[in-house]
Amino acid sequence: MMTGAQILIESLKREGVDLIFGYPGGVLLGVYDTLYDSDITHILPRHEQGGIHAAEGYARATGKVGVCFGTSGPGATNLVTGIANAHMDSIPMVVFTGQVATSLIGGDAFQEADIIGITRPIVKHSYMLTNVEETASVIKEAFHIARTGRPGPVVIDLPKDIMAAKAKFEWPEKVNLTGYNPTVKGHLGQIKKMLRLLESAKKPVIYMGGGVVLSEANEELVKFSEITGVPVVSSFLGLGGFPGTHENFVGWLGMHGNYASNMAVSDPDFILAIGTRFSDRSTGRLDGFAPNAKIAHIDVDPASISKNVQIEVPIVGDCKAVLKQALGEIDKFNWDKNASARKEWREQIKAWDREHPFDYDRTADIIKPQYVVETIYKVTEGDAIITTEVGQNQMWAGQFYKFKRPHQFISSGGLGTMGYGFPAAIGAKLGCPDKEVFDIAGDGSFMMNMQEICTAVQNKVAVKVAILNNRYLGMIRQWQNMFFNDRFSHCDLNCQPDFVKLAEAFGAVGMRIDRKEDVEAAIRESLKVKDKPVIMDFTVDRNENVFPMIPAGASVSEMLLMQK
Amino acid sequence: MMRHTISVLVENKFGVLSRISGLFSGRGYNIESLSVNRTTDESVSIMTIVTMGDDRVVEQIIKQLRKLVNVIRVRNVSEMDHIEREMILVKVHATQRTRPDVFNIVSTFRGKTVDITNESVVIELTGANDKILAFLNVMEPYGIIEVVRTGAIAIGRGSKMTSEMK
Ligand SMILES: Cc1cc2nc3c(=O)[nH]c(=O)nc-3n(C[C@H](O)[C@H](O)[C@H](O)COP(=O)(O)OP(=O)(O)OC[C@H]3O[C@@H](n4cnc5c(N)ncnc54)[C@H](O)[C@@H]3O)c2cc1C
Ligand SMILES: Cc1ncc(C[n+]2csc(CCOP(=O)(O)OP(=O)(O)O)c2C)c(N)n1
Ligand SMILES: [Mg+2]
Repeated sequence: MMTGAQILIESLKREGVDLIFGYPGGVLLGVYDTLYDSDITHILPRHEQGGIHAAEGYARATGKVGVCFGTSGPGATNLVTGIANAHMDSIPMVVFTGQVATSLIGGDAFQEADIIGITRPIVKHSYMLTNVEETASVIKEAFHIARTGRPGPVVIDLPKDIMAAKAKFEWPEKVNLTGYNPTVKGHLGQIKKMLRLLESAKKPVIYMGGGVVLSEANEELVKFSEITGVPVVSSFLGLGGFPGTHENFVGWLGMHGNYASNMAVSDPDFILAIGTRFSDRSTGRLDGFAPNAKIAHIDVDPASISKNVQIEVPIVGDCKAVLKQALGEIDKFNWDKNASARKEWREQIKAWDREHPFDYDRTADIIKPQYVVETIYKVTEGDAIITTEVGQNQMWAGQFYKFKRPHQFISSGGLGTMGYGFPAAIGAKLGCPDKEVFDIAGDGSFMMNMQEICTAVQNKVAVKVAILNNRYLGMIRQWQNMFFNDRFSHCDLNCQPDFVKLAEAFGAVGMRIDRKEDVEAAIRESLKVKDKPVIMDFTVDRNENVFPMIPAGASVSEMLLMQK
Repeated sequence: MMRHTISVLVENKFGVLSRISGLFSGRGYNIESLSVNRTTDESVSIMTIVTMGDDRVVEQIIKQLRKLVNVIRVRNVSEMDHIEREMILVKVHATQRTRPDVFNIVSTFRGKTVDITNESVVIELTGANDKILAFLNVMEPYGIIEVVRTGAIAIGRGSKMTSEMK
């Protein structure tokens, strides 16, 4: 016989979990006592929000399921932002929350919170254990649900008495869920229909997204694009799903994407969308989005298809599996059918890109934030894992770093959570110790979870934080500058700590860089630090704005470009 | 905007009703009525949900319902040959003078009078939505005091289970 807590830990081992981020509390003490004897690595963040973002960073960097613990009440509610973040970006997570004993539930007991109710709209699924016997099977189901189909977070609430009760450990052979059976392979007829439309298109484009990263369909997609000769546009979260340096890669579309990508989706005759949910940040106003194109859409979640944009050829299935099927049929089609029109189309796209590439004033004496990102790209030879905070820093990270592989770019896309990037970087580095990991940060966002410097110091996590310090909530300043007549309401961060001293107070390395000529040397220097975090405070141009920009609710034709 | 009746077969598990009602409120779908009950299989319940929406909205509602792990089957019964019923209990003003008229209408609609006082009667009526509405319309001039409705329940015609029908 084993206690519920022992069954829990044993089940995690069976699932191959080797790293947990968690914070103890009253009702979880039994679980923590069991953990004390286990060989699973447990990392103690300094705030539950830091813990759950770190678990998500770990999941995104490794492709595995992220796991975290929080106690009942405030521990659980501190996890809410992280659960919502994982839900929005479809990241596989299993989140365990402590709960008061079943006999006390509903009585407003100390540190009781209805976390299942609170998180209901932001989970893929959730469980409250009500019987110790179901512990192992619930955990197995939870991992299965989190990682299959469209991935997402699963919450398991652990009442204290259930964790103390005893049962025999029985690890179920397989999962049996009547109501859950995601489609992996696509319908062959639909795939052929897509290929036929693609074959006869003159101005086709592939619009790929986060699903390509999640299913690691990058190799298949490269092959597919090379054989068919179709240019590839990515969403912001698709970055890394197709090599950023490939000649067929156009860039990323949307509010702050490049001119060529946005032009390419504004008037193609055919779009093959792969693993993307047509978010408003990527499509702009819908009536301006490819009004004359036929669209085929590969997505594992049927509810993503025709949600925002009407789709002619829906293909439900996993990106990788469906692309494999498509590659199996590809020789049966003639990809030279519209050779000259297609060539003209590709050249048109290249011309658009030459006309308006991502750019900034390279002659400025002051440090331009884009220059910092570009230099990090150069120094790390495009191989680092990049996490971001939210705001301008995030957009510049996407614009000036070219990603080569899935899981290399980790950013809070759907929820846009400030304070995400730093803990996510810690998780990513723990998952991929051989990779350099940089958090491209804003001064505002970094302050939302900077307590995690302590976690990184304690665990010798050598992440680098590059604060693009504009002493502003820069993205807010930009909108107030562009749309609110320079009425800078509460975006000034001139009062801020000395980040160098702050880093040092935590036992980390701090650097301040305020001259352009020191940027590269500082980044190189940071790479020499192997056993603790480095916080680099770059004093950048306070007034720099992100361009291009398609204002919210506008369409591509209203794109604002950098003034040269 | 069309009225759609959706039949949802769910696992009879903790929190299922709140997952479904929450999905409707969270995504801004409307619920005209919702009824839930056990089926012959103890572990499974059936819900009948009546909602309003254009084709795109209803397609999303159905897809979103199917995403829920505890949902086994979803059928838009409005699209198939089906029988739909709801029951109402209506309390209407009826004095000695108006009572014969009221009784007449009730019997035309095949309703039942289940309670009588000097000033009122309570009527029980079962039928499809349009019949119920027609009845309430006719009763209106007499003075409706109160209406309690079950919400619709629906079943497909023929020998197959509704959830198995195409
Ligand atoms: C300040 C800010 C600005 C932003 N600006 C932009 C912008 O300019 N452009 C932009 O694009 N985004 C921008 N974003 C991000 C935006 O909000 C969305 O997060 C992003 O566009 C979503 O990309 P996606 O739909 O490709 O990926 P996701 O949201 O990750 O969606 C993934 C899709 O793939 C599907 N999927 C998952 N797994 C699989 C699988 N195995 N097989 C098949 N399908 C699968 C899912 O069902 C889903 O439909 C911005 C965010 C912020 C915070
Ligand atoms: C938790 C949270 N609160 C508020 C916002 C709204 N918001 C988006 S960007 C931004 C400014 C971010 O400032 P900073 O981190 O300094 O980045 P910058 O834009 O200056 O690069 C704010 C407040 C948010 N995304 N997340
Ligand atoms: Mg800032």
